[in-house]
Amino acid sequence: MLETAYLIPVYPLFAFTVIIFFTRWNEKLSSAISIGAILIGLVHSVGVLLALISRHGLPYEVSVPFIQHPKILLEVGMWIDPLTAVMLVVVAIVSSCVQVYSLGYMHGDPRWSRYFSYLSLFTFSMLGLVISNNFFMIFMFWELVGLTSYLLIGFWFEKKTASDAGKKAFITNRIGDFGFIIGIILLFAYAGTANYQEVFAKVSAGAISPGMLTAIGILLFCGAVGKSAQFPLHVWLPDAMEGPTPVSALIHAATMVAAGVYMVARGMTVFAGSAEASTVIAVIGLITSFMAATIALTQVDIKRVLAYSTCSQLGYMIMALGLYGVDYAHHHHSVGYYAGTFHLMTHAFFKALLFLGAGSVIHAVHTNDIFEMGGLRKKMNITSITFLIACLSISGIPPFSGFFSKDEIVVASSTHPFFFVGTLLIAFMTAFYMFRLYFLTFEGSPRNQHKYDHAHESPTSMTLPLIVLGFLSIFAGWTGLPFEWFGLTGFSHFVYHGELAEHHPSYLLMAISVVVGGSGILFSYLIYKRKAWSSEAIKAKVLPIQKFLFNKWYIDELYEATIIQPTLTLARKLWWFDASVIDGMVNFAGWFTVKWADAKELFDKYIIDGAVNGIGHVCMAGSFFLRFIQTGKVQFYALVIIVTSVAVVLYKVTPQGAIIYLVLALIVGGVGLLSRLARPERAETD
Amino acid sequence: MMMAYLALAAILFAIGIFGVLTRRNAIGILMSLELMFNAVNINLVTFNKFIAPEGLTGQIFAIFVVVVAAAEAVVGLAIVLLLYRNWKGVDIDNINIMKW
Repeated sequence: MLETAYLIPVYPLFAFTVIIFFTRWNEKLSSAISIGAILIGLVHSVGVLLALISRHGLPYEVSVPFIQHPKILLEVGMWIDPLTAVMLVVVAIVSSCVQVYSLGYMHGDPRWSRYFSYLSLFTFSMLGLVISNNFFMIFMFWELVGLTSYLLIGFWFEKKTASDAGKKAFITNRIGDFGFIIGIILLFAYAGTANYQEVFAKVSAGAISPGMLTAIGILLFCGAVGKSAQFPLHVWLPDAMEGPTPVSALIHAATMVAAGVYMVARGMTVFAGSAEASTVIAVIGLITSFMAATIALTQVDIKRVLAYSTCSQLGYMIMALGLYGVDYAHHHHSVGYYAGTFHLMTHAFFKALLFLGAGSVIHAVHTNDIFEMGGLRKKMNITSITFLIACLSISGIPPFSGFFSKDEIVVASSTHPFFFVGTLLIAFMTAFYMFRLYFLTFEGSPRNQHKYDHAHESPTSMTLPLIVLGFLSIFAGWTGLPFEWFGLTGFSHFVYHGELAEHHPSYLLMAISVVVGGSGILFSYLIYKRKAWSSEAIKAKVLPIQKFLFNKWYIDELYEATIIQPTLTLARKLWWFDASVIDGMVNFAGWFTVKWADAKELFDKYIIDGAVNGIGHVCMAGSFFLRFIQTGKVQFYALVIIVTSVAVVLYKVTPQGAIIYLVLALIVGGVGLLSRLARPERAETD
Repeated sequence: MMMAYLALAAILFAIGIFGVLTRRNAIGILMSLELMFNAVNINLVTFNKFIAPEGLTGQIFAIFVVVVAAAEAVVGLAIVLLLYRNWKGVDIDNINIMKW
C-alpha cells in the first residue's frame, strides 16, 4: 500500500484526462469515471492510513531526481507521515461525498462532464499537494489547486459575478503566492535543498540565521494567507461562493483552503524556528478568526455565513499552530500543533456537511437569503438533522467532533491570556451565528410561503453524502479521546511535531469551552426561536456596528479605494501616455514613411524610369534612321559588301585613301538613297 | 603577258559586278554571277600557268569552281522559279519583303 501510494493522486488525474479527451460527450460515463477514480483513491488512502498505523506512524519516503545539476537537485517524491495519511483520507472522503452529491445538485447542467473533469483535476492537485515531499512540488500543486479553484468558481461564467469572483480569487491568491515562492527560493538558497526533511534538519541544526528564518517564515506564511483566506487576503473567499455549492464545500471549505493550514503544519519546524514569525502567524489567525466571526453574525446569505465561518475556523487553526510555534521557540510544550491539525480534519467534515446541507436547501428553495427560508425542517428531514449535527459540532458541543478539536485549541491558547479571551469570544460567536443560521433556516414559520410550498427533500444522491458526513462529524472527533481505544492511541499520539508528549485533559477548560458554546446557542435560541428579544430591536440599538459588520468591515471598499482605484487611475494615465505619446510616435513614423515614399516615388518616376525610358527612346530614335539601311533590296546589300571589301583591300594599301574612299562612298550612297526615297515608287515592269 | 590575262579577268569581274548590281532581272543577275566565276577561273588558270606551272592546282581549282557554279546555278534557278511563282515575275526590285 505504502509503496504504491503515489497512485492515489494519479487515479483522479487519469479520470480527468479520460473525461477531457474521450468521454466528454457521454455524461453518465464521465461522472462514473470520475467517481470511480476517487473511490479507488479513497480505498487506497484508507489502506495507506492503516498501513501507517500498523507501523506506528513511521514515515515513508520515496524520491526520484527531477532536475539534476551540480548545484541544484530538484526531486519528485512522496513523503507519507501521519499528517499526510490523515489528509489523504480526509481529501478523498470529502471529494467522494461531493462528487456523489454533485450527481444530484448539478443535474441537467450543460457542462456536466467538464464539471466532473475539473473536480477530478482538483482532487489530483490536492492529493498531490498533500503527498509531495519537497517545497517545489508543493508549490506546483499549490498553483494547480489555485487554477482549478479559479475554473470552478467561475464555472457558471455566464454570470458576471461568478467570472469576476474567479478572477478575484485568482489574483488575490497570486499576491500570497508571490510571497510563498520568494520564501521557497530563499529557503532553497539558504538550506541548499527543497526536501522537507533535509530543510528541517538544516533549520534544527541552526544553519540559517534567525533573522533570515523569520523572513522565510513570514514569506512562506504569505502563501497560507492567500490560500487559506487569512486577513488581509480573505476577501476572495466569500465571493468564491458564486461557484456551485458542492465546489464551495469541497474547495472553499474542506480541502483547498485547508492547504494553507496544512502547509503551516508541514513546515512547522521552519516557523517554530522563529518566535517572531510564529507570533505573526498567531496574530493574523486571531484577527482573521475574530473579524470573520463578527461579519458572519450579520450576513443574510446562507453561503456567505458559512464562508465567513470557514474563514474564522481557518484563522482558529492558524492561530493554534502559530501559538504552538511561539511556545516551541520558547521551549515550552503546547498542544497547539495537535489542536490545529486535529481541527483541520474535523472541520473538513462538518464544514463540508454544512455546505452540502446549504446546497440541499438552496436546491429546494432556489434562494440564498435565509430570511426567505424558515420552517424547512418539516420538509427536509435528513438535511435539517445533518445540518443540526454539523452546527452542534462546530459549536463545540460534546460528543460531536468539533468539541474535541476546539477544546484543544482552547487549551493551546490558555497560556496566552489575550489569545485565550479571543478564542472564547470567537467560540461564543461561532455557536451564536451557526444556530442563528439553523433557526432561521429550519425552525420557526416559513417567511416565504411560496418558496416553502415548493421545497422538497433532495434526491438520494444528495442526502447520502450528507448522512456519511453526518456520521463523520460525530465520530471523527472520537479519535481525539485521550485514552487508548481498541488498542489504538488517539490522534495526538499519531500526528505530532517534534517529540511525542503526553497531554493531560483539563476538565476545567473543557467545561469553560462547552459553557461558552452552549451559551452562544442559548442566546441564539432566545432571539431567533423563542423571540424573547426582538432581533430587530437589538439591530436598531447597535445599528452603526451592525452596518459596519454587515459591510464586512468595509475591507472590500478599502481595497477598492486604496488599491483598485489607484491602479485603475494609473492604468488610465498610462493608457493616455500610450495613446498620445507612444501611438503618436508610431503614427508619426508611419506618416513620415508615407511621405518619404512619396518623395522616393518622384525619384523613381523621373530619374530611374526616366533613365530606362531614355535609353529606350534613344534606341528608338537611332533605329528610326538606321532602319533605312534595311532596304530589302539584295542588290543594295551586294553593293555594300563590295564597297566594303574594296575599302578593306584599299586600307592595306593606303589607309587615308581608304577613309576618303569610304566617305565618298557614303556620300554617294546617301545621296542615291535619298533620291531613291524622294522618287515615287516605280511601276511594275517586267 | 600575264598582265593581259589578269586585265581580262579584272574587266570580266567588273562587268560581272556591274551586272549583278544593276540587272533587275534575277536571271540576269545569275548570268552576271557566272561572269564573275569565270573571271576568277581565268585568274586561277593564269596564276597556275605563270607562277606555279609545275603543278595543276589552279586548273583543278578552276574545274571545281565550274562544278560548284553548275550546282549553284541549279539552286539559283530553282530560287528564281519560286520567285516567279510567288511574285508572278522575276524583277528583283519587287522582292523587298526584308525591307524595314
